[in-house]
Amino acid sequence: MSGIPLEPVYGPADAVHGDFPGQYPYARGPYASMYRTKLWTMRMFAGFGTAVDTNLRFKEILAHGGDGLSTAFDLPTLMGRDSDDPLSAGEVGRCGVAVDTLADVEDLYRGIDLAGVTTSMTINSPAAILLAMYVTAAEASGVSRTDLGGTLQNDILKEYQAQKEYIFPPRPSLRMVADTLRFCTAEMPRWHPVSVSGYHIREAGATAAQELAFTLANGFAYVEAGLAGGLRVDEFAPRLSFFFNAHIDFFEEIAKYRAARIIWARWMKDRYRAERERSLQLRFHTQTAGVSLTAQQPEVNIVRTTIEALAGVLGGTQSLHTNSMDEVLALPTEKAVRIALRTQQVIAHETQVPHVADPLGGSYFVEALTGEMERRAEELLAQIDHRGGGSMFEGVVGGIEEGWFQAEIADSAYQLERKLNEGTHLKVGVNAFTEGNDEPPPETLYIGQEVESLQVKRLAEIKAERDASLVDAVLDRLRADAGRPDVNLMPALLEAVRSHATVGEIVQALAEVFGRWEEAPAI
Amino acid sequence: MAERRVLVAKLGLDGHDRGVKVVARLLRDAGYEVIYTGLRQTPETVVAAAVDEDVDAVGLSMLSGAHMALVPRVVEGLRAAGLDTPVIVGGIIPEQDVQSLREGGVEAVLGPGASAEEIIEAVEAAI
Repeated sequence: MSGIPLEPVYGPADAVHGDFPGQYPYARGPYASMYRTKLWTMRMFAGFGTAVDTNLRFKEILAHGGDGLSTAFDLPTLMGRDSDDPLSAGEVGRCGVAVDTLADVEDLYRGIDLAGVTTSMTINSPAAILLAMYVTAAEASGVSRTDLGGTLQNDILKEYQAQKEYIFPPRPSLRMVADTLRFCTAEMPRWHPVSVSGYHIREAGATAAQELAFTLANGFAYVEAGLAGGLRVDEFAPRLSFFFNAHIDFFEEIAKYRAARIIWARWMKDRYRAERERSLQLRFHTQTAGVSLTAQQPEVNIVRTTIEALAGVLGGTQSLHTNSMDEVLALPTEKAVRIALRTQQVIAHETQVPHVADPLGGSYFVEALTGEMERRAEELLAQIDHRGGGSMFEGVVGGIEEGWFQAEIADSAYQLERKLNEGTHLKVGVNAFTEGNDEPPPETLYIGQEVESLQVKRLAEIKAERDASLVDAVLDRLRADAGRPDVNLMPALLEAVRSHATVGEIVQALAEVFGRWEEAPAI
Repeated sequence: MAERRVLVAKLGLDGHDRGVKVVARLLRDAGYEVIYTGLRQTPETVVAAAVDEDVDAVGLSMLSGAHMALVPRVVEGLRAAGLDTPVIVGGIIPEQDVQSLREGGVEAVLGPGASAEEIIEAVEAAI
């Protein structure tokens, strides 16, 4: 799919990357025994409606054998708007769960032992606020922050590049990322403060090589942000994690994961002088490719997802979300989610695939393709480094400010679209094998308008009960701290969420100091 | 004949712009003059842009599920401004809502499986 020219067959001349899994540069996997010791975490992303609705879905996922939670927030929450904001009209509780105040986060995880599960929160611009809410809710339920395990996505760079859920300009946003890195390093030893995400870059249209290079570049930019914030690399690098796409080009994806581990290990060792093994080992979550799914003959999506999930497993992923067949039509139904989870369980327990670490290591083709992905990514990384004059942080921020990443990704998306339209790239049910497309679509989940009014009512109740003068005071402190770049914002955020200041109020206070980011429209 | 002008917009808080950009480029390559508003438009900003740019059609990209709250307000705004500009919606729209949008004056609704040909045909037919 990346247009890498493939030979009809590969022979022994091609290099092999590393002898064994668990050995530098970890091409074959971060750990020696891989899934024989510990299977990947089956982490299904969920969230819709009110916190109470999503809490029920979480409990079902845990009851069906899922072993980690992954929280999807609605667009108003992701964009730092309250449910009663006029701009939130029609969006409340639709693409995820609506969160306005600490009370919603308490509802969201009620009855779930937060010391016993790991929780992932997919949130970026307001990530520090949601982290403060999670910590506060957990401590109210008796679980100390030092015992909390999980992941905050908190990857703002790919938002400017791809998913576009940004609020503040890049530099103050990166200061907030550095603040969370420092807070988690000091106080949350089991927490992953940033999940450097290629997933959205790929979904927006990037090729596998672009996904690989841009994601690693962002990772290096966060390393530099942490270093600039006064941390030592081996203090926080072990807690950085990654999140990649699993697209349908099977071997290319496997090569991508292998190349990612090699490049990360090499750069961390040689450029950033990391010494701890865990700083060098790239660990990642995988999600199958939403964009590979088709509205036509949606049942076929189960097959696509299976192949993609297998690529993630053969590539050595540490956790996996499998998409549901109907996600191209709507939020998934419970049945579709169950089939997607069962897909992982079949791979894990029936195929015997997990019994051998990196079973494709030494394959002439996979090794050659790993080398080719590595070469292509290194070329792009060199361009970004050059743009930043030897700073990956400046290279990435400059590339965002000039719209370079955005244009590269949109170009790749259009090139693929043209191949589909010309029929040079075949897609079952789309431009080939369309018999059966007329069948009625499966029943989908329908979210009515009542969620919005419920949530707005809930927010009004909280606002009526809280101490308004306290809220004013904590927001004043937050503005003051935001104006001082040397101050960590987390203490003020913890204080703000405890007072039941809303996500929207906190974001507005910060925006008064930081400003708001707007992207120049470009086709 | 003057060049035909199409406004394409992303309505609401969602930032997924792959679809809207691909459609904008497809229409441009098919000979339309395309005006892209950028992200996070409200019904009011879309109507204002359609009036200012004197466009022949408006295309709205929707993914987040806010279409029932936002799309009718665009149609009403255009009509209130005295324009009969056709409105086409593309994206993830549940079957249940397609009919109500059509009844509310939306010219066409294109799903995630729409081909380039179908998109261009829909715009041609609407103009």
